[in-house]
Amino acid sequence: MTAATETGHPNVLAKAVREGLFAGVVSFFMFLLFVGIETYQDINNALVWRTRWGLLAIFVVVAAVGRFLTVGFIKPHIDRRKLAKAKSGVLEISEQKNFFHRHFLKIALIFLLVYPFLSLLIVGKQGSLKYVDNFGIQILIYVMLAWGLNIVVGLAGLLDLGYVAFYAVGAYSYALLSSYFGFSFWLLLPMSGILAALWGIILGFPVLRLRGDYLAIVTLAFGEIIRLVLINWTDVTKGTFGISGIAKASFFGIWSFDTGTTNNFVKAWGLSASSVYYKVFLFYVILALCMLTAYVTIRLRRMPIGRAWEALREDEIACRSLGINTVTTKLTAFATGAMFGGFAGAFFATRQGFVSPESFVFLESAVILAMVVLGGMGSLTGIALAAVVMVGGTEVLREMSFLKSVFGPDFTPELYRMLLFGLAMIIVMLFKPRGFVGSREPTAFLKERRAVSGSFTKEGHG
Amino acid sequence: MALGTTTMTNDTILKVEHLSMKFGGLMAINDLSLEVRRGEITALIGPNGAGKTTVFNCITGFYKPTMGMLTLQRRDGKEYLLERLRDFEIPKVAGVARTFQNIRLFSGLTVLENLLVAQHNALMKASGYTILGLLGLPTYSKAVDASIEKAKYWLDKADLTDRADDPAGDLPYGAQRRLEIARAMCTNPELLCLDEPAAGLNPRESAALNTLLHQIRDEGVSILLIEHDMSVVMQISDHVVVLEYGQKISDGSPDHVKNDPRVIAAYLGVEDDEVEEVIAVELEGGNH
Repeated sequence: MTAATETGHPNVLAKAVREGLFAGVVSFFMFLLFVGIETYQDINNALVWRTRWGLLAIFVVVAAVGRFLTVGFIKPHIDRRKLAKAKSGVLEISEQKNFFHRHFLKIALIFLLVYPFLSLLIVGKQGSLKYVDNFGIQILIYVMLAWGLNIVVGLAGLLDLGYVAFYAVGAYSYALLSSYFGFSFWLLLPMSGILAALWGIILGFPVLRLRGDYLAIVTLAFGEIIRLVLINWTDVTKGTFGISGIAKASFFGIWSFDTGTTNNFVKAWGLSASSVYYKVFLFYVILALCMLTAYVTIRLRRMPIGRAWEALREDEIACRSLGINTVTTKLTAFATGAMFGGFAGAFFATRQGFVSPESFVFLESAVILAMVVLGGMGSLTGIALAAVVMVGGTEVLREMSFLKSVFGPDFTPELYRMLLFGLAMIIVMLFKPRGFVGSREPTAFLKERRAVSGSFTKEGHG
Repeated sequence: MALGTTTMTNDTILKVEHLSMKFGGLMAINDLSLEVRRGEITALIGPNGAGKTTVFNCITGFYKPTMGMLTLQRRDGKEYLLERLRDFEIPKVAGVARTFQNIRLFSGLTVLENLLVAQHNALMKASGYTILGLLGLPTYSKAVDASIEKAKYWLDKADLTDRADDPAGDLPYGAQRRLEIARAMCTNPELLCLDEPAAGLNPRESAALNTLLHQIRDEGVSILLIEHDMSVVMQISDHVVVLEYGQKISDGSPDHVKNDPRVIAAYLGVEDDEVEEVIAVELEGGNH
């Protein structure tokens, strides 16, 4: 190309300086009132203000220098690389994949299988509690929820904003039935799933004739109704106090993890008392549940019902013209998704030992939906990645206490979670509008299986 | 043919009697009666806004007619009243398949998947409503093989075998039209309703479409089609029905319709009294 793209060319540098200055001026006025001025209460409880010119200067300088570097160096660099690639004739989207790429799923699965032992080995029993529980189990719960919602939103194209309701149904089913009747986890786990699926059908029946925005609003309302019932039906659910002391899951009835029982796992194996064994056990339980979700999803996609879900997402009217009963097809999608939400809920209840309506607010639905959208609707790998990034990101933020030395002692990084989520989502959607994995795998093929580009798939209207 | 009689001979597949469809104050179809004969290609033509697509939507269950009776007789003699069936039952039970004026493919699914979705009901049954299929029983895998064979058959007929693994949205327009017809055929219909199948096709694609439609007819499937392109209509149809303002103005063989003064008037837009004149002249000529 011409000299205009060369770094250091006066034209480019002058432009970069100009744009940098402009960005500085804009950010100065933008942040003047937000950052430059701080209000606080003095000793007499009067509201007074002080200036923070230093902090404002940092913001302005970051904006100006950032813009200068982007325009002056980064963009020309990218342009030159693209040009070089175009000249050498290497396609941007190349079929060549490295070893890690090709065996990503196998590597990920092996890593997950050894993860608890790895963390035990590296940071010891007490240290690994955090890694197994906060990172491992927490992320896997969300992976499972997102995979469950993926059936409804990603495959069938039904926008469900109240998915957390089924999570709540599962959690409360386990909490209530185990504390009132003393049933075991392994009996109640399938039961919670079935109850959640039942609620999915009950909700779905009147609602699924609605489409698009209307469906989204009604499912949102359903989520709120469930939460409000949980809060207000105090006789059964104990309202906002929640239900505590929920029974732990046992090792298939062979060993118990309750201290003081005769068949205690720790005693039976002659180990020193630690809660980490239970956590490791729970890790494998949720991992197995996730694998079940993935397996069922993959199998169902290749069954006529799964194809009908995807066809429904693509074009509902065409589905009806082919003799597909759209009502039952939608209901099965809703019920299947709800069932996995119920499983996850039961697991959540036994892991926490405590459930309250607080855990089932709309924000949870939104976060799960965000995972499905960010990951790429329909793609299990992408959604799992999105869950790792979003939940893991939150946990990592908690760990960033060193930021306190920069922003002052009363700075709590996890409070900025939502801000960063929003930012991250905007960035991802700008660069990858179809999510991390935008293409879909065909369920059948004659000669070769070629991924379908995301630009052909639709999001569904109902 | 006498209309309004309820007995149905075996060579009539669909009988529309006194069909009326009202949208608010607008009478889109007014007391329309027509017959589609088995094993024939029947064309429904008429100027824009004549109500052709409305008739289609009534037959295929997308509209509930305000009045009238739509009787479909299957090859085994069973009769179905289409206006009483739910929309998805019409293809499933009565064996009526349709295509759309603006193509409605599952664009994100591959061509092959489109044809497999069309065999949903058969596969559902074979998979024991998913449960037996999840267990991987041999009856289901046999049904899957059969469904792929059938898809291959129609891919071959529609000349789409090379593109079977491409997304349907990636096909050129003419191929999408053929795929939509192939997809409809995968539902095993006895009556195929095509809404402007030749719209937007170039002459070569149009000729390919004609051969495809003839092949479908030769397999014993009756075809009802809406068409604007007169050359297509005259070439392929055995029977033509002309609509104007929701009413039938002519009905008969292509040659008969082509020379019907009412049809000419409807298409060329002649004043009403002129039509009377033309008819009078023709009657006179006939008398001589």
